[in-house]
This record gives sequence, C-alpha cells and structure tokens, in this order.
Amino acid sequence: MKKLFLIGWRTLTKPSGYYSLGALVIGGFIAGIIFWGGFNTALEVTNTEEFCISCHEMENNVYEELKPTIHFTNRSGVRATCPDCHVPHKWTDKIARKMQASKEVWGTIFGTINTREKFLVHRKRLAQNEWTRLKANDSLECRNCHNFDYMDFTEQSERAAYQHSTALASGEKTCIDCHKGIAHHLPNMEGVEGW
Amino acid sequence: MKKFNLAVIASLLVLAVSPSLYSLAAYATDKETINTPATLRDHTPIMTQKEPNQIPKVVNKDIKQGRNYPMQPPVIPHTIRGYEVNTMNNKCMSCHSRHRTEKSQAPMVSVTHYMDRDGNFLADVSPRRYFCNQCHVTQVDAEPLVENTFTDMNSLMKKKTIKTESH
Repeated sequence: MKKLFLIGWRTLTKPSGYYSLGALVIGGFIAGIIFWGGFNTALEVTNTEEFCISCHEMENNVYEELKPTIHFTNRSGVRATCPDCHVPHKWTDKIARKMQASKEVWGTIFGTINTREKFLVHRKRLAQNEWTRLKANDSLECRNCHNFDYMDFTEQSERAAYQHSTALASGEKTCIDCHKGIAHHLPNMEGVEGW
Repeated sequence: MKKFNLAVIASLLVLAVSPSLYSLAAYATDKETINTPATLRDHTPIMTQKEPNQIPKVVNKDIKQGRNYPMQPPVIPHTIRGYEVNTMNNKCMSCHSRHRTEKSQAPMVSVTHYMDRDGNFLADVSPRRYFCNQCHVTQVDAEPLVENTFTDMNSLMKKKTIKTESH
C-alpha cells in the first residue's frame, strides 16, 4: 500500500519524460473544460423541480402543499419552482447551500422524514432553518423576483401598501417576517414572533 | 256548392283543432322544463355540461360593511386566501387576537369569543369559537341572487316616531 502510494507520488513530482509540455498543457486544458462543464451541468440538474420531487418526501409533502398557492398557479402564469426560493442564485452562495444540502442527502438515505408523521415531527425545525436563512440574507430569494423598488403601492391593497411603505421600506422587517407559510403549510407557530 | 261546403267544414275543423294542438305542444315544453333538474344547474339537462359562471372576485377594500340581518356576524372585508385555521395555527388570530390588535390595528375579537357556553371567561378563544369561517365570511363582488328586504330596528323605530309625530 505504502509502496503504491510512493510510486504515485514519484510520478507526480518528477518532470514528464515522455509527453511533450504542449500535450500536457492542452490535454489539461481540455480535461479542465470537461470536468468544469460536467460539474456545472450536474449542479444544474440538482437545481430543477424534477430533481427535488424525485424524492417522495418532497413530492408528497411540500410539493403538494405548494400546488394551491399563488406561487404555483396565478393570473400571469409565472411559476416559482423549488430552487427559485430555496437555492441562492449567486454562485458562491449556491455552492455554500449545496454543501449544506449534503445533510439532506444523509436524511434521505436514512429516512429521517420518510413518512408523513415523521415529516410533521420535524416540520418546525425544517421551517425554522429556512426562516433563519431568509432572515439572514434579507429574503434574498424573494427579492430575486419581488423588487421593492418596482412595487406599485397604488396597485396594492391599503393594508399591504401601508406595511410595505413603512416596515419593509425602513428595513425593520423583511419579507419572511410576515409572509411565513406563503408556499407551504405552517408548523405549530406557538412561540414564533408575530403569532 | 257541395264542394264549397266541404271546404268550409274542413277549414273550420282545422281552426277548431289547432289551438288544442298548440296547447298540447306548449304543455309538452312545460313538462320538459319541469322534468329537468332545477336548482344550481339552471334547468340544464343532466347530460349537458353547463358553461360555468365567472367566479367573482373577493372584496378586498378593508372597509367595514353593515349587517344584512340582525345579529349577523361581521363579514370579512379582505381576502383570506391561504389563511390557515387548523388545530395548530389560526392565521386570523395573528392580527385579531387581544394581544395582537395593538400592533395590527385590526378589530379585536369580541369578548363573547372568550366565554364558554356557560358564560365563564377563558384565557384564550373558546374552542367553539375557534374556527372563524364558521360564522365570518368574505364577500364577493357580485349581484345578490336574492333581494334583501331587511330593515334594522333603528330605521323601524325612526319610521314609527315620524308617523306618530305626524298624527
């Protein structure tokens, strides 16, 4: 074992005695493109609704709950799919989120929420994860589509216009503070601020 | 002469019989209407698909409306789409409960909602009053299907005093 490792190490540290420098550089370049492209493609595949609901935990619970909400079907036909709200758009943030998501892979493998009952038990913790994330990034995923500067208060109901022009405008509150449960059912809200 | 007579008799016969024939036909259509299902389908035959009416919009003006009959639970003047009222949460109470009205400036749930049916006060909304939509409903922007002739007691009393004064 140690011998094998040593042989490998010597090959890597010694200059190439057989391949030309050009071949190595070009070969490395092409391999890099293939690797990077493949990595990003794979990343994008995990960023689709089909991928999310390929697990029954997602399809039977949260996806079903999303269906009657305004983010699924509405007058203008714009739909927000899972990654639109749950995965950051910026690359570095996205990678950070994907690393966290490895915990979810663990959960899937060991069936942490593989029944409705188990899901309901964990619901509050899972919801709080998302609320904390959105609170920390000032509801960034909401704001990817809903831009405060583009809001027409005259088109909003009086109550909405009042809240948006005061609490939201001053930065005292962010979207998720009031709009919890906008796309999925709520857990038991006892002890949550504002309830 | 005989031929003419025959013609007259024939035409008279036709005239005499036609109203009854007509009424028979009318009777048949009446029967058809009677035998079709009424109620919500507007006499649409059972095998036909009725063109659905347009769904009116929920009134969302936040303006309190008068009562349409005595003791009517106040109607909800805003949309309640997606508001959860279940065993775990009551979205309505996140604005209308006692400890939230200061922040929300929404009308406070009346004191009767905190009483059990024997009149004892409870710390929270009584379970029998918990499901808001059992009594309180939103209104839609549509023509009323039935005219409302309700006159409230105040207007009745006013009318009466005017009458007695004029006598």
